[in-house]
Order: sequence, then C-alpha cells, then structure tokens
Amino acid sequence: MVKFDIKDLNIWFGSIHALKQVSMEIQANEILSVIGPSNSGKTTFLRMLNRLNDLNQNFKMSGVIKLEQEDIKNINTELLRKKVGMVFALPLPLPLSIFDNVAYGVRMHGTKNKKVLGEIVEGSLQEAYLWEEVKDRLNESAFKLSGGQQQRLCIARTLAVQPEVILFDEPCSGLDPISTAKVEDAMVKLKQKYTIVLVTNNVKQAARVGDRTAFFLNGELIELDKTDKIFTAPQDKRTDGYIRGKFG
Amino acid sequence: MKNPYRTQKIAFFLLFLATLLIVVPVGLIVVIIIQKGLPAINWQFLSDIPRQGMRAGGIFPAIVGTIYLVIGAIIFALPIGLLSAIYLSEYSKDNLLNRLIKLAIVNLAGVPSVVYGLFGLALFVIFFKFGASILSGSLTLGIMILPVIITTSREALESVPYSFREVSLSLGASKWQTIRHIVLPNAIPGILTGTILGLGRAAGETAPILFTVAAFYLPRLPNSIFDQAMALPYHLYVISTQVPNVDEKIRYGTAFVLLALVLFMNLVAIIIRYKFRKKKKW
Amino acid sequence: MRKFKEFIIEKLVLICGLASIFFVVLIFLFLLKEGLAVFKTVGPFKFLFGKSWYPISEPAQLGILPLILGSLLVTVGAAIISIPIGVGCAIYIAEIAPLKIKETLKAGIELLAAIPSVVLGFIGMITLVPLVKTVFHLPTGLTALSGSIMLAFMAMPTIVSIAEDALYSVPKTYKEGALALGATHWQTIWRVMLPAASSGILAAVMLGIGRVIGETMAVMMITGNAAVMPNSILAPVRTLTATIAAEMGEAVVGSEHYFALFAIGIVLFVISFAINVTADLFLHKRQ
Repeated sequence: MVKFDIKDLNIWFGSIHALKQVSMEIQANEILSVIGPSNSGKTTFLRMLNRLNDLNQNFKMSGVIKLEQEDIKNINTELLRKKVGMVFALPLPLPLSIFDNVAYGVRMHGTKNKKVLGEIVEGSLQEAYLWEEVKDRLNESAFKLSGGQQQRLCIARTLAVQPEVILFDEPCSGLDPISTAKVEDAMVKLKQKYTIVLVTNNVKQAARVGDRTAFFLNGELIELDKTDKIFTAPQDKRTDGYIRGKFG
Repeated sequence: MKNPYRTQKIAFFLLFLATLLIVVPVGLIVVIIIQKGLPAINWQFLSDIPRQGMRAGGIFPAIVGTIYLVIGAIIFALPIGLLSAIYLSEYSKDNLLNRLIKLAIVNLAGVPSVVYGLFGLALFVIFFKFGASILSGSLTLGIMILPVIITTSREALESVPYSFREVSLSLGASKWQTIRHIVLPNAIPGILTGTILGLGRAAGETAPILFTVAAFYLPRLPNSIFDQAMALPYHLYVISTQVPNVDEKIRYGTAFVLLALVLFMNLVAIIIRYKFRKKKKW
Repeated sequence: MRKFKEFIIEKLVLICGLASIFFVVLIFLFLLKEGLAVFKTVGPFKFLFGKSWYPISEPAQLGILPLILGSLLVTVGAAIISIPIGVGCAIYIAEIAPLKIKETLKAGIELLAAIPSVVLGFIGMITLVPLVKTVFHLPTGLTALSGSIMLAFMAMPTIVSIAEDALYSVPKTYKEGALALGATHWQTIWRVMLPAASSGILAAVMLGIGRVIGETMAVMMITGNAAVMPNSILAPVRTLTATIAAEMGEAVVGSEHYFALFAIGIVLFVISFAINVTADLFLHKRQ
C-alpha cells in the first residue's frame, strides 16, 4: 500500500531552491532511508511530510504530497502531525517530567482521563524499550535521563499519539554506538506497526535498517531503490561515489 | 618616545576613575538615606496620617496610595503587555508592521514622564471625565510601564528554545497550546522580573501622577478608585519643596520608605532572575 | 471549535500587539488636541522664539525660548559631563574590570537606574545645591550647573549599559586580531573596539540625552525655576519639563496657559520622538 505519494515537489526558502522536482512513493510499513551529504535537502524533504517547513517565513512550495490519497494541504495541520510523528536529531525532551513528556501530545489531543493516560504512557515507553529503566521515576525531570534514554523517551512521546508514520531526522547523530544500536533495534521492531522514514548521515545505518534507500544530492532525488541494490549496484555514479565515501 | 604601556596605565586609571565617579555617589546616596532615614522610621510614622500640615504624623495614606496606584497600573499593563510580547515573539512576521511596533515601543519608552502626565490629564481626567483619581493615575502609569513589560516579557519568551516549540507542534499541538503549555511556563520567571521592574518604576514616578491623581494633602485613605490619593513620591516632593519648616527627619524618612520600596522590588526581580538562571534546564 | 479558539486568540494577541502604536498615536493626538489651540492667540514662531514667558500676566506672553534655552543649557552641561564619564565607565566594565567586580559594578549602575528621580532631586537639594553655592560663592545653589550635574548622573545608567552592550557585541576576532599583532590592550580598545562599537555608543549617548531632556522632578527641584533667558550656567534656569510640572496644577483648563503647556508637551514629544528614532537607526545599523 502506498502511504505517501509525492509528485513534482519543489521547495524554496526565499531564493534558495531547496528541493527540485522530487517525485516518489513511500510504502506502508517500510523503513525508507534517506541519505545524502549535508545541504542535500533530505531534512527539508522530511520536514515537508509533517509540514514543519511551514513555520519558516520564506517557505514556498509547488507540487503535491498525498497521504493515503489525500492532499496534505487539505488535512488539518494538527491532525496531520498527529498521524505523522517526528523524532528530531538531538534528544529534545520538553522541560517536563518523564511522564508528562510522554503524555504531552495525548493531552493536547484532548485525553484527560488519568487512567487512560497512564496506560498510554506505559505502553509507549515499553514500545520504545524504556519502560524498565524509568518505571520507578516517572515524575523525575526528563533532563535527568542519559542522552540515549532521552532519545528513546522522544520516540515514546511520538508513539503515544498513535501516529501512522514516524519521521526520524538523524536520530542517532548525538548518540554513542550502544545507544544507537538500541534505537535501531526499536526502529526495526516499530516497522511492523508504522511506516518509517529515516534521514541519516550514517550510510551504514541506512544499510542496516532501511528496506529501501533514497539518495539526495543538491536538492534532487538521484536514486531510489531497494537498499541492497543501492549499496551493491547503484545505477548512478554519484550514488556510488557517495556510498564509497568519495564525497559528502 | 611614547611608551605604549605607560599610556595604557594612564588610560586605564582614568577609566577606573570614571567608574568610581558613578559608583561612589550611588553608594553615598543610599548610605545617606539609610543613615538619616532609618531613625525616622517607627510604627507611628508608617501607620499614622500626616498631621499639622504634614509637619508631623506619618505617611500611611501616601504608602497606601502608592500601593493602589501600582496595583492599578499592573492590572492594566500586564495583560496588554504580555499579549503584546506574545504577539511579537510568537506571531509577528519580519515585516513593516513588526518594525513599526518595535519603533512604537522604543518611543513609548522614551516619552518624557511629564508628557505622560499631560496625556493622562487630557484623556482620562478630562476627556473620559474620571477626574483626578486613582483610576486616571493608574491608567497613566500603566501605559508608561507598558514598554518595560513588553520588552522584558518578549526577551523571556524568546529565550525559550525554538526546538521546544517545534517538538510541541510536531506532536500535533496547536500554536496556542504550544504557547500556553510550553512557552509561557518556561518564560514566567522572566515575565515576573519584567513585571516587578515595571512596578518599581511605577512606584517611583512623580510627574505622571502630578495632574492625574496626586493629592497635595489628604489625611485619610481614598474611598474608591474615583477618589484622589496621596502618593509617596509626590509627598516627598511636596514636603521637600512646597511646605516650609518640615522636620528633616520626616523628609529623610519618606525618602527612605520610597527608596526601600523601589529597591525591594528590584531586589526581588534580581533574585528571581538569578534563581532562574541557576535552575535553567537547557 | 479548536480552530475558532485559535482564531480568536490570534486576533486578540494582534490587537494587543498593536497597542503600542495605538498609544503613541493617541498620546500625540491628545497633545495636539489640547495644544494646538494656543496658536490661535500666538503664532508658532512667536511661541517658539518669543523671549518672555509670563503666562498669567494680562495679556499673557507665551514665548518659550527661555525654557528651550534652559533645557538646552542644562542638557549640554549634562552631556559634557556624562558622555566621557559614562563611556569611560562602559569601557572599564566591558573590557578591564575583573569578572567579579564587573557584576558588582553593573549592579551598582542598575541600582542608580532604579532610584526614583524625586529621591535624587531630594538628595541633590541637600548635598549638591549647598556645595555649588559655597564653591562658586553664589547667592543660591539652585543653578543650571547643579541641574547639569544631577542630570549627568541620571543619564549614566542609560549610557553605560547601552555602550557596554555595544562594546560587548564587537566580534571577539577583531580584538584577538589586534592583540595578535602586538597592540597593547589599550591600543586595541582605542583603535579597534571603539570604532567598531561607534554606532552603538552614539545611540547610547543619544538615548542618555533623551533621558536628560525628558527628566522632570529632579530638575524642577534643583535648577531654581526662573523662567528668564539664561545668561550663565551659574544662574537659575527653568526647563521645558519643569515648566509643565510646576504650572499645570494652577493652569485653568481651557485657558491659554493650559493650551501653551500642552504645546510645550508637543515640543517635548517631537524632540524625544526624533531622538529615539535616530538612536534606533544607529542601533540597527550595528546589527
């Protein structure tokens, strides 16, 4: 099933043409890795899917993005963002307790019942493999957690609002290898329930977890194919060059 | 041959001297007022009405009047100022209107205090027919402290990291929910600091209340917000220039109470700011 | 429903955002409304440049030149004193003072900004005025000079804090570059830091002067309040602000005198507007 259908997407920030004529489909329940050097437009692409780019004053776009056949421009922004969750590059807990961090989004969508909230928080933390580590200190500040724990808290917070798609924006860039492995494990398991788009600077990470991989360069989508194929027999020379570390 | 190091020594010494020229008098002023004013302070001075044409008795009505004025000013200025700051930090775009508002704030902050007095007289006392009253004075002072509240609140709001807003929005919270639940709670210490600084400013100003509220001599408490009132700064002005043969003790005592009130508010603001900085989590 | 609430809040916030513009315009309009009436009896030229201010004589003479010159004299005096000392202090705090002393000094300056002007006026009356009287052997110490000194003092917090900000925001690389070339610290300050911070310092000076021109209570208490053409800095003068503060209480609403005082308010408003807009331009040039 096609989750996202993107056609002729162009994005500008002022005079900068950040994405050029991007067209692709994102399948349900796959992990799509997006790789490319910095400033290649991959984060811009990601932030387009939950319309976070709209916050930028100079943002302009053309083209169509459909989420399950519905143009995302016609979907209420809050509802879209509920359906399409996001985990940011750095662990960004809100200045609240662990519990309140996870419950935040749910509360904003109108759930007030304490019992329901408690269940959602526990479920989400378990899904993010954090429950065992924090179940005795849910009321402590989220800033007391380690970096890796904070990032898994952010994943749990995203899961709590029951999204359909989760966008990961270089989620391991600030983490050590062990924490990275834990986050990657979580991602692979999450794929059964969710569609995942993973932007990463780490080519090896894309190879490890991605079902398909997209390569961006200078705002263009150069190549999109099965991860195996991208890494063994890329069609484009530039893809090959990037993967082999010739530039980037 | 000029020796650059000797030039530097001389220059630095002169700069140090300039600094002393400012700081030492400040210290002296505070010391003089405490030294001469403190002995005048007793319960009777603080709780009694002025007697014998302000040459005896206490300053209670002036204290109460000032407190009323300050509270009135803040009731008016805080909601408008805070919402205005929210507009500037959260909603406004970088356009002409935004620049105009900022310019207006700068100008509002620069309008001479006596001109505020004229304005209050023309608008509230005469045009709205509030008369010389606590209401007129409070509104005048409220407009005067608006720039202080807007500027400090805006700084406080803008110091909340942008990423918190992004996170909240990315979870599907609306803009107002984000402001209400994430931005405001984390900006409260800064907003409080600004509010208290505004209060201090309002408590100490004389010129704006001269024609809008201040009673020369009113040895009773005001009955309603449409009543005139005495106020500490005006009272100090009156007893030091308008009434002959006032005991020095009463003058110093009044100056002490006014200074203590204003400095106390500033001290509270500084403590809040300091505690907040230490506690800051990001 | 949620959309509707967001919409209402956004509009409410916008309205409050516009409040500052609204109030500035409102102040100006009301000054005009009450002040322009004076020009029915006295021409604008005669009002600004008339040499006599006798508002309650019959017929009233409403020339504010003595008041303008009074304000000017006191302001120039205050500027001469406060600019070198204020900028010097800013340099000391920004560049030379050790970290611990720096915080204390800044707190001291903030303290000065917090002291109500009527308290400073009171202290000036008791300390500065007798001092000026004895030093210069004058019949009274209530002079333009006393006012200048007091006002210089009151302009300090503005000048010091904005100038210090300006120095602080000079990129570190400028300073390091100069020091690396073997310049002394002072040479670096004088040749590199000050020129780089010049527009901010200029803005600091202008805003300081703006504060001086608008100051009312302290000036009224220690300059002697003689509304005559000033001929010496050691003579009593009266400023624009003090005239309003001192006379409005007695002016009959709707009288020529009342209109004239509002017209003085217009003059003050225009001056402060010009100063603030220019200073703002300088401050933004820096960024």
